[in-house]
Amino acid sequence: MRRFLSEFVESIRIASEQLVAHKTRALLTMLGVIIGVLAVTMMGTAMNGIDKGVRQSLDVVGSDVYFVARHSWEQADDAWRHLKNRPAIRDIESDRINEIISETEDSNLYRAAPDVYWWPQGDVKTKDRSVANVQTRGTDENFEFINNAQIGEGRFFSELEESNARGVVVLGYDVAEALFPYESAIGKTVRVKGIEVEVVGVFERMGSFFGLMSYDNFALVPLKWLRKHYQWEMHTMIRVKIAPDADREEARYELIGAMRRIHKQVAEEEDNFAINSTDSMEEEMSTIKNVLSVAGFGITGLSLFVGAIGIMNITFVSVKERTREIGTRRAIGARRSSIIIQFLMEAVSVCVVGGIIGLAIAYAGKLGIEKIWPDFPFVYSIGLIVMGMTASVVVGVFSGIIPAFMASRLDPATALRHE
Amino acid sequence: MIQPYKGVGEPLIDIGRVEKFYDLGKANTVRALDGVDLKIYPNDYVAIMGPSGSGKSTLMNMLGCLDTPTGGQYYFEGEDVAEMDDNELAFIRNQKIGFVFQSFNLLARASTLRNVELPLVYAGIPKWERQEKAYSACEKVGLGDRVDHKPNELSGGQRQRVAVARALVNDPSILLADEPTGNLDSKTGAEIMELFDELHSLGNTIILVTHEEDIAAHAHRLIRLRDGKIEVDQVNPGRG
Ligand SMILES: Nc1ncnc2c1ncn2[C@@H]1O[C@H](COP(=O)(O)OP(=O)(O)OP(=O)(O)O)[C@@H](O)[C@H]1O
Ligand SMILES: [Mg+2]
Repeated sequence: MRRFLSEFVESIRIASEQLVAHKTRALLTMLGVIIGVLAVTMMGTAMNGIDKGVRQSLDVVGSDVYFVARHSWEQADDAWRHLKNRPAIRDIESDRINEIISETEDSNLYRAAPDVYWWPQGDVKTKDRSVANVQTRGTDENFEFINNAQIGEGRFFSELEESNARGVVVLGYDVAEALFPYESAIGKTVRVKGIEVEVVGVFERMGSFFGLMSYDNFALVPLKWLRKHYQWEMHTMIRVKIAPDADREEARYELIGAMRRIHKQVAEEEDNFAINSTDSMEEEMSTIKNVLSVAGFGITGLSLFVGAIGIMNITFVSVKERTREIGTRRAIGARRSSIIIQFLMEAVSVCVVGGIIGLAIAYAGKLGIEKIWPDFPFVYSIGLIVMGMTASVVVGVFSGIIPAFMASRLDPATALRHE
Repeated sequence: MIQPYKGVGEPLIDIGRVEKFYDLGKANTVRALDGVDLKIYPNDYVAIMGPSGSGKSTLMNMLGCLDTPTGGQYYFEGEDVAEMDDNELAFIRNQKIGFVFQSFNLLARASTLRNVELPLVYAGIPKWERQEKAYSACEKVGLGDRVDHKPNELSGGQRQRVAVARALVNDPSILLADEPTGNLDSKTGAEIMELFDELHSLGNTIILVTHEEDIAAHAHRLIRLRDGKIEVDQVNPGRG
């Protein structure tokens, strides 16, 4: 054990001397490992970032909300085949669901609200300012209890305002901020698609998806008001929040039952509506993540492999160059295992130094990206460092083992004769 | 007037009918060693001479357990070397034998002290003890003031002294030197030989290969090799 330790320390010493003696050569050999570790960390960072971004966006929508719609978000092919036979979802069905919820004892559902919007998204304006492409949605007073976001200032519109089709609006944070940068928006008049309405509330800031898509760029108006001014067909969904502590699957079945009752479907009939949830978004995201990770593994694996071959090659060269040294060491008592340790450590230390450089570059990159893209949810974790370092050690062992083994099998007498 | 050499005590090394054949194909076999019988006794001082290619280095490598014979027996301190595995051979090379080479074979980037320390590293001796032992070995060869020098900061004679110190540091029973003065001028060579004489008088067993009669003159026993065979093994008549 002690012999192993002193040999180990000696081999680290030799390895670092070799590194210092052949700086350029070592750096060139390291390149593959540097790129590989860079790729590993970048991949991991991107992955963590996507995860974080998705979780944020799910929190905004609420993972406990179902979306009753005409078609499924998952785009299964039978869905669009049946699509034309399906009735459109009507906003009054939201009230019917609420009725059924109140009739049902211990319902797994909490509340429903209509969600009606049109394309293209419209402008919201004041006299001096304008915000383009605001998601404008019509809903009723129940929406306040379904959405995860809180009202930051003012209030949501009331049942009375909704049923009387009053011209009121609740703005997303970004819209209010853009239209009224220096004063409160409450009580002010804005124009939604050219029609004057009064701002009664502003939501709290929710942030953005990767700094790209704002969650705060919307305007909510009473559905009756929307219908009064826009008679043409609009997309209609019904958002249904499940009861606190309710089982998601049971809630889903209850909602399916309710919708079948509302659509007066008979037993054999297939559902002529779809129940969507953020689960499908999550699934889609995990597909993207899988694609990314396969690609990432490809890039990482390839560069690490190329790096490993390079290091293997340089270790062979090193063994060749130092054949006489190997013979000398054997003559003064080095075992085969001592020689293996020595050359293995040389390869590993090249990789570890490469790994550290890779991690450092990745960290610098993170700082850089944060400067130009502050909202990107970068995650540079201990786990990534461990992963990067493990990868470099594995590559080192992989690339060093064969040359090291060959060096250890050299016949001492022959090695000493080597010129 | 050949006086055959008679050793005293139990032989340290006892080889019988040792052969080393290199088969180069096409019925072309090099007989580097061809039936060598040899006993080395404690405190022997042996010079091996012979024409180039006669098998001197091959014999030295064989004695030092660096090479394996293709035939014959080898007993080291009564134990059959053929039975030993690589680790046991490494142990013998580390503890029982000290090598000195014609071309010094020092680690170029390491200081004198570290070069001398190296066998102790493979012996698993802790650092402080290593440095102590290495330092006293350096002093023994007169390099106490050169411990921090790198080989390229030393003269040829000094380098060979480093190699001798390295060979001695583990207190081996046998010192094997293959043309230790071959790369040195005659004055420096004589200095190294004085060192060997001193080591011999302190009880070391020394075997050296040389082409020079005046170097061989230091030894008490002279072996002449020719074509892989021992031609003479005698009390050194030229000893001055
Ligand atoms: N690996 C080898 N393959 C083939 N022949 C070899 C090998 N090693 C040594 N020989 C041959 O064995 C013979 C003895 O070689 P050795 O090195 O022992 O000679 P030497 O007496 O030390 O010569 P020198 O005085 O020149 O050092 C030579 O003929 C040499 O060519
Ligand atoms: Mg020779």
